[in-house]
Amino acid sequence: MNKPLRRIAIFCGLLVLTLLLRDNWLQYVKADTLREDPANRRVTIARYSTPRGDIIVDGNPVTGSTASSSSGVNDLKYKRTYKNGPMWAPVTGYASQAFGANQLESLEDGILTGNDDRLFFRNTLDMITGKQKSGGNVVTTLNAAAQSAAYNGLKKQGGKGAVVALDPSTGKILALASYPSYDPSAFAGTSDTDAAAWKKLQKKYNPNDPMLNRALRETYPPGSTFKVVTASAALENGLYTSADEATKSPLPYVMPGTTTELKNEGSIPCKNATMRVALRYSCNTVFGKIGADLGNDKMLAEAKKFGFDSEQFTPVRSSASVFSDNMNQSQTALSSIGQYNTAATPLQMAMVASAVANDGKLMKPYMIDKLQSSNLDTISQTEPEQMSQPLSSSNAQVLQSMMETVVKEGTGTNAQINGVTVGGKTGTAQHGVENSENPYAWFISYAKLPDGSKPVAVAVVIEDDQANRDDISGGGLAAPIAKSVMEAVINSKK
Amino acid sequence: MSSTTNTSTNHTSTIGSIGTPSRRNTELALLVFAVLIPVFAYANVGLAINDKVPAGLLSYGLGLGLLAGVAHLAVRKFAPYADPLLLPLATLLNGLGLVTIWRLDQSKLLQSIHVAGGKATNQLLYTAMGIALFIVVLIFLKDHRALQRYTYISMVGAVLLLLLPLVPGLGANVYGAKIWIHVGSFTIQPGEFAKIVLAVFFAGYLMVKRDALALASRRVMGLYLPRGRDLGPIIVVWMISILILVFETDLGTSLLFFGMFIIMLYVATERTSWIVFGLLMSAAGAVGVASFEPHIQTRVQAWLNPMREYTLSRTGSNDGILHSEQAMQALWAFGSGGTLGTGWGQGHSELIRFAANSDFILATFGEELGLAGLMAILLIYGLIVERGLRTSLAARDPFGKLLAVGLSGAFALQVFVVAGGVMGLIPLTGMTMPFLAYGGSSVIANWALIGVLIRISDTARRPAPAPAANPDAEMTQVVRPS
Repeated sequence: MNKPLRRIAIFCGLLVLTLLLRDNWLQYVKADTLREDPANRRVTIARYSTPRGDIIVDGNPVTGSTASSSSGVNDLKYKRTYKNGPMWAPVTGYASQAFGANQLESLEDGILTGNDDRLFFRNTLDMITGKQKSGGNVVTTLNAAAQSAAYNGLKKQGGKGAVVALDPSTGKILALASYPSYDPSAFAGTSDTDAAAWKKLQKKYNPNDPMLNRALRETYPPGSTFKVVTASAALENGLYTSADEATKSPLPYVMPGTTTELKNEGSIPCKNATMRVALRYSCNTVFGKIGADLGNDKMLAEAKKFGFDSEQFTPVRSSASVFSDNMNQSQTALSSIGQYNTAATPLQMAMVASAVANDGKLMKPYMIDKLQSSNLDTISQTEPEQMSQPLSSSNAQVLQSMMETVVKEGTGTNAQINGVTVGGKTGTAQHGVENSENPYAWFISYAKLPDGSKPVAVAVVIEDDQANRDDISGGGLAAPIAKSVMEAVINSKK
Repeated sequence: MSSTTNTSTNHTSTIGSIGTPSRRNTELALLVFAVLIPVFAYANVGLAINDKVPAGLLSYGLGLGLLAGVAHLAVRKFAPYADPLLLPLATLLNGLGLVTIWRLDQSKLLQSIHVAGGKATNQLLYTAMGIALFIVVLIFLKDHRALQRYTYISMVGAVLLLLLPLVPGLGANVYGAKIWIHVGSFTIQPGEFAKIVLAVFFAGYLMVKRDALALASRRVMGLYLPRGRDLGPIIVVWMISILILVFETDLGTSLLFFGMFIIMLYVATERTSWIVFGLLMSAAGAVGVASFEPHIQTRVQAWLNPMREYTLSRTGSNDGILHSEQAMQALWAFGSGGTLGTGWGQGHSELIRFAANSDFILATFGEELGLAGLMAILLIYGLIVERGLRTSLAARDPFGKLLAVGLSGAFALQVFVVAGGVMGLIPLTGMTMPFLAYGGSSVIANWALIGVLIRISDTARRPAPAPAANPDAEMTQVVRPS
């Protein structure tokens, strides 16, 4: 019987060998995948096992950590708290024990929990010296005064909307507000109250969709504010070389290939108007024709240089703004005045204003200034980076003078600031089937100080379905908010 | 091993009384480690969880040491030539199991769902009962061949044990598998005991029938086909396995018994054709039953796609089947342990919840001791099986050989089925890791199993009694033709 016995012994050895191989597969080959699987509760446990690092604005944390209630079987030790949560939510995102994390809280989770590889050496030291592991900080580029002006302006207005402010020379995001917003503290824990708060914020139960980050993730037809892009395309392609050269603009203007007249809002002096006058009065006919004359390809190329048709990573992702390809002349004409398929995020329009203000250079927008370890050593610092040059320095200056006219004596007078030169453009974008819904009010602008520096560019959009249609105009609703944001930035520089 | 096997025929009367060394001191030295390692582990868990050496360290260490000591003395007295590794290996696993059960007792989550809390004390009690049974086996089973007399009683006993969970009012349906019975406040898994009793029956039966089964066969295409009427026993065992699968819905138990029978049949008859038949029949049975039994289907689904099963369980899917997140939770536990593990008491295997300290205890070892620790545990199991098979090789009687190979083979299959299930290699079944897992039936039955193996190995390694002095030895002259 010994021969089959030996074979059985080999068989049993193979069984054990199979188990060993499987164990190596699980605990060596697949270990990292399994360990870092977001559905693996251990990831959440680790995230809340130590006080989380903070997200910092102007030297002050806008977040905090508090010990979770120790009753029951909660295995998460610390809970996230937020100061002025609704105001900062578009920046911070949320970190909830029950519902995960997003935006900065998720993207920089490694730094905030202290698990990032760049903190490895420090963590090892802490382990040897017996100190508790602690998370690092994320220092943002935001400006507290500007953010407050933006959020409170939107709140006072009461409609849905968003504000983005940039530093044109660096691309630093100074304000990033969205309204209505939500308080991430409300559902940071795991209790039933947290779950109820979370449920109430979901789009299914709340048509206002407060958790949508309108500044980055919502695209709106930009309306007349897009004429700034069209004007720069005209200058860059040499269609017109100065602000004060008369354009070839018939009135009424029938779009090429159609019998449809492109209309202006009211009777404004648009016939053969110069671009300065056309921008000041917001002539659809002039800029529509410029778009049609340049053609789809040239318009698209210019729009892409401003950042259209691609997602931006600030590092929080922003949706791609849209300027379509393969359009006929009439569609291009409509698109060139910010209608038809054209759609832009508030961030995108702030980038447009910022590029013009920065003499044609578009800086890559970013919101993380630096990452710090828990003892405030800098782990990484973001350097400003030029993204593209949508227009030459001289053309940029021509466009600046046109935008400054708009604020000085055109549709944007509400944005004037004493002692500061402001350039801007209003927009009132139609949307809905047959333009049945209330239009969006837009305003984009920048401020130029007497010393020539331009510390801020802003984009404001308001979608107000409560307001009277006639009341909505970029100059009336959006410009005052842009003004207070610019003032806040200027005052904080003093 | 053949030299060991042949000592009885080769030795001369002059050196026979020296024979194989008893190795009892080796066993004692190994036992010291088998007790000290769990004691250190225990201290480690306490330091990790409560920042202090657990208060029960001394009593726990003394308890385990005392049990091991008594077992060792019993072996010294009643089975002096027994294999020296079996007792220390079983003690080590049992001790590590106790530590891990105590570690899971500290989890508030498991306490809140009544899976843990005070279980280590119970397990220590079960261990004491197990070692008591081990000693009883050594004292009363002077010769394993005595069991041969109970061949058919064993058969009746095994069938009764296997059928008990199906008796209304006695059986308990736990998470779909009906392999437990309630006696008073205790839950007993009769399958664990049936394993031993069945091995006795198979060994006795096959020893008698092996010649008929081996020789009366036709050769077709390189395989020896058994005669129709010799197929009887294998078909009966197969049908019982299928019945277990259908009515108790436990793939593991069914596979274990059928596998054990095939192994013993193969060893008894030396006919490879039985293996082929066995594999075909078990595959047909498993596939056949799985086609209509929802519990088995769920287990297979959970094995093929644990993440989907996890999601269904989490979202409280209401499709009439009880979904469980355990399979995925166990995989995460293993993965999170990585190569070296988190260290005792620092993992989160309590997330497995139900059965975290029994069926799934291996996941805690994987997470907290890592790949390194778990491989060591698996190798310890491998060693136990190897010692069992060595015992079988060394045994001088066919009954002993068959019984030892049956018990070791069943042990190996059980380890494979449970560890493979928990590690996602095969579908999960409702059995537990011998010695490690929480549960009285398992610990007690496996100590009895080790007791029987030690008895067989003692008989096998014991020097044959010196032949009675032959008064004629000097006088008789053998005349050899030159």
